[in-house]
Amino acid sequence: MTMLDSALGLSAAALKLRGQRLDVIAGNIANASTPGFKARDLDADAALARIGAGGFAGMLAGEQAGAGALKFRAALQPSLDGNTVDMATEQAAFAENALKYRASLEFLNGRIQTLMSAMRPE
Amino acid sequence: MKGLSTFDIAGRAMASQLVRMNAIASNLANAGSISGTEQGAYRALRPVFATRYDGAAATVDVASMARTGTPERKLDPHHPLADATGHVWQAAVDPNQEMVEMVETARAYANNVEVLSTARGLALDTLRIGK
Repeated sequence: MTMLDSALGLSAAALKLRGQRLDVIAGNIANASTPGFKARDLDADAALARIGAGGFAGMLAGEQAGAGALKFRAALQPSLDGNTVDMATEQAAFAENALKYRASLEFLNGRIQTLMSAMRPE
Repeated sequence: MKGLSTFDIAGRAMASQLVRMNAIASNLANAGSISGTEQGAYRALRPVFATRYDGAAATVDVASMARTGTPERKLDPHHPLADATGHVWQAAVDPNQEMVEMVETARAYANNVEVLSTARGLALDTLRIGK
């Protein structure tokens, strides 16, 4: 398992973080009309940088990295009912995150293909 | 799989927005209704949304339904429902406000559908990993 983790590299951790961020932004969009809801976001890039800097040990700690990077979004234009969801911001963040998820998936796919071709006898 | 998935989050939000849409339909249907008593007069229905947290994930639920507005007393002695003083009570519904709410509800619903279809596409791609 650990060998597979190190072989797959950062892409596996990135995919997990992107998946977590997808849920957080989906939660913001779901609560667009809930009074008093404060929009949150996951700083996936910073969490990923921390995991990358920590090397393999950091990658194992990646489970907790997602939860630690959860922050409230600074409201661009807070509404009267205390809701800080800005739909345009959320939509942009969601689209960006979906794209990066797909990118991580592609990198992971490339790694798997490489491993498969290395294991296959010609 | 633990906790709420993206599908749960968007699905619950869609259900909540549909409750809101039903309330708006009831309000608009009763916009012109008249009552002989203040208690019997229709008051606009409003769902009260509340965030439901599950760890890092957050979704929305309808906590309760509120009755809002105060019915307007109107002098109409010829109305069959008029009381002894010749007054009737009009339903406390503002059709303009209901229309605005309806547009907002439709937009919020569409946003959640978009979240759902994006999550579905990503999940399908993830299933095909390594192929």
